[in-house]
Amino acid sequence: MNDTQAYYESSRCLFCYDAPCVNACPTGIDIPLFIRQINSGNTIGAARTIYNSNYFGNACGKVCPTDVLCEGACVYNLQEVKPIEIGRLQSYAASKAMDENVTLFETGKSNGKFAVVIGAGPAGISCACELRLNGFEVDIYEAKEKPSGLTLYGVAPYKITNDDALKEIVYLQDQFEFIINFNSPVTEKKDFEELEKKYDVIFLGIGLGETSQLRIRGEELENCLGAAEFIAELRIEKHNVKVGKKVIVLGGGNTAMDAASESSRMGAEKVILAYRRSATEMGAYGFEFDLAKGVGVEGMFNVSPMEIIGNGKVSGVKFIRTKTVNGKVENIEGSEFIEECDMVIKATGQMKQRDILSNIPGLKLDEKGRVIANPETFQTDNPKYFAAGDVYNGGVEVVNAVAEAKKAAKGIVDWLIG
Amino acid sequence: MPDLSVNFAGIKAPNPFWLASAPPTNSGYQIMKAFDAGWGGAVWKTLGIPVVNVSSRYGSVNYRDSRMMGFSNIELITDRPLKDNLKEIEEVKKYFPDHAVIVSLMVESRKEWHQIVKDAENAGADGLELNFGCPHGMCERGMGSAVGQEPEVLKTIVEWVKEVAKTPVIVKLTPNISDITEPGQAAKQGGGDAISLINTIQSIVGVDIDNFVPYPYVDGKSTNGGYCGPAVKPIAMNMIKNCAQDPAIGLPISGIGGIENWRDAVEFMLLGAGTVQVCTAVMHYGFGIIREIIPGFESYMKEKGFNTVAEMTGKALPNTTTWENLNLDYKIIAEIHKEKCIGCQLCYIACEDGAHQAIRLSENGTRVPQIIEENCVGCNLCSLVCPVEGCIEMIRKDDGKKYETWKDRTDSGNIPTTFNDKLAGGLHHWVPEPLSALKNKR
Repeated sequence: MNDTQAYYESSRCLFCYDAPCVNACPTGIDIPLFIRQINSGNTIGAARTIYNSNYFGNACGKVCPTDVLCEGACVYNLQEVKPIEIGRLQSYAASKAMDENVTLFETGKSNGKFAVVIGAGPAGISCACELRLNGFEVDIYEAKEKPSGLTLYGVAPYKITNDDALKEIVYLQDQFEFIINFNSPVTEKKDFEELEKKYDVIFLGIGLGETSQLRIRGEELENCLGAAEFIAELRIEKHNVKVGKKVIVLGGGNTAMDAASESSRMGAEKVILAYRRSATEMGAYGFEFDLAKGVGVEGMFNVSPMEIIGNGKVSGVKFIRTKTVNGKVENIEGSEFIEECDMVIKATGQMKQRDILSNIPGLKLDEKGRVIANPETFQTDNPKYFAAGDVYNGGVEVVNAVAEAKKAAKGIVDWLIG
Repeated sequence: MPDLSVNFAGIKAPNPFWLASAPPTNSGYQIMKAFDAGWGGAVWKTLGIPVVNVSSRYGSVNYRDSRMMGFSNIELITDRPLKDNLKEIEEVKKYFPDHAVIVSLMVESRKEWHQIVKDAENAGADGLELNFGCPHGMCERGMGSAVGQEPEVLKTIVEWVKEVAKTPVIVKLTPNISDITEPGQAAKQGGGDAISLINTIQSIVGVDIDNFVPYPYVDGKSTNGGYCGPAVKPIAMNMIKNCAQDPAIGLPISGIGGIENWRDAVEFMLLGAGTVQVCTAVMHYGFGIIREIIPGFESYMKEKGFNTVAEMTGKALPNTTTWENLNLDYKIIAEIHKEKCIGCQLCYIACEDGAHQAIRLSENGTRVPQIIEENCVGCNLCSLVCPVEGCIEMIRKDDGKKYETWKDRTDSGNIPTTFNDKLAGGLHHWVPEPLSALKNKR
């Protein structure tokens, strides 16, 4: 977005009272205020308003599903007028502050407490920033070689570039001076024990694990891979990633849409999105499916994969047709068929990191494997551990992780400082 | 951090952003809410003998998709009993002892003025504002702008007030007058401690063209209202400048008129305002706009190195002079940055039909117009109509060494004095033949 676009677009904002866009934003950014600040030529002030509520101001402007959050709530929708492009305005202001390297924050006076954050994703980084603001010393341990988690490894590349994602982390790190230890997974019991001794509090922002197994035959075949892994590879290897000629994506969530869209953009001649239920029952946002269709993805509904077929390499998927009875999916006997393909991407959810989490004494998980924590303070049943982001919510948006982690940091401050 | 607190003619406030006497300051409830939101002061809606209002009181001028660019009202002073207002003033001061509560007043006789001044001060007013500005309704009864338009009467009433007032007295001026400095001087002569301006401008904001009745529509009739909002800001700023530059006034100025954001407030300060008062923007968006004004204003102060509001007050006044003191040798001409041009050709038609025929359409098949440099007088029009920021730039062409004003030339006898004088400024300016204007030969 350039200055002219930002000026015109910000001029349209009505400055609603108790604005629905703010209520729709998990981080509660004062959106009418920052838009007005852009309009009055105080773009740096706008950036301050954004970052005060959301440390991933630039990233969220790009990766947030704004159609169902702030922009979806814009009152203009009720007049069938295009809603304000809040996401783009947000990134416009945030990136201006980054480009000009404006210092928005100063770390708090040292309070003598040491915190360790596990995971340098949106939750971990946000928590670290907030703790530094409150005078904590903060070390971050990250399993991968780069920071920013989902923003870098987990969302489709058309939403945000690696440079943009990493730039924001550098911008925050310059101001908050936390230390990130890369390639440093914390997984074993002894790892946690060591951290417990060394630090006053431990924040878990470890997100989710690998793509879940379907537990059907043929999953081990070459060219059958998980969507999370496919996106991560795309983000790092970019155009060097090879996709099949005909790709079948299994799943109906937003990651499935990303995987299908990107397969198509990467040159697959045919991409089929296969989902167990009907189109209307998909978890993905409508606009995400529209985007996928827009690049040629075809939907195939009420089909359930029974087996991945192939001899060493994937050559097709054996499906059975389904119907929904009383909300439950039932297979229709005798309706099996084989759909040929040379690549299968499973977008059927990511595993919870149960193995790692089981190494933390006293930590409780719910039936879906999510860490149980107080929804206000984000303190877990082991009082020394706080958790937020995907590990707590089971996998939602970057913006949810950011919002939760900020509250978790306040929970930590209240617990340790009072 | 810069210090926003002000001492305005003896009235102290945590910041210079006040609410003008108007519907947003009708009650203690509203003023408490405003202070809570961050406003530094408020001028209570004018007290006097309570009025009876008409229903249907406001009208507005929308410009394209911008609502309430101009706003008009025919509401009168307070319609609430004096004792209710006084009780609420007392309560507000109890909770906000450091905020400025100024009470606007409008009555007729000397006795009434004395009484109401004492009442307002006893309730805890930090200052008084005399409403000599209201241009509708009240003026028909000999008050409001009827006073503001008669400097002698204005002076007398200020004197009456000063006979008993213990707190600073601000005289609010009406713009419905040819020379604003006359009532300004009268305010000074009467002993006023400060002036505030502008009050609203007499106006009709529109006419219902089906029913032949202006707005606001009151049962088939209407009347002139008082005009305010962003549209009046240029008029207000000029009047503030006039008062600020008049040594016979020399009073602190509270600026009013279309202020909506931090930038507006800064402009008023630079032209001589020590505080600003806001009404229409609050009537449009609520008290919450203060959260945009304060941080924007503060970061401007920081950027410019101003520590206090007083340091910036009047900063633009030395550069605001009379026409005869402007440099006639300053020459600028337009330059179109063709890489930015989007081809709307508005600059062409504006110059061609509305100015000096100094732009031609492109002859090379593009839609980027070209400046005819020898014909460009540097009027700015093309750069003003251009929708692209930075596309048409006015470039200085003189060497900046010569500085000769109309005054200098008058003094040295170097000005045109006859109808066909050889010194006519446009003598060498090329103008197309009239007949070439016609599309079809006649």
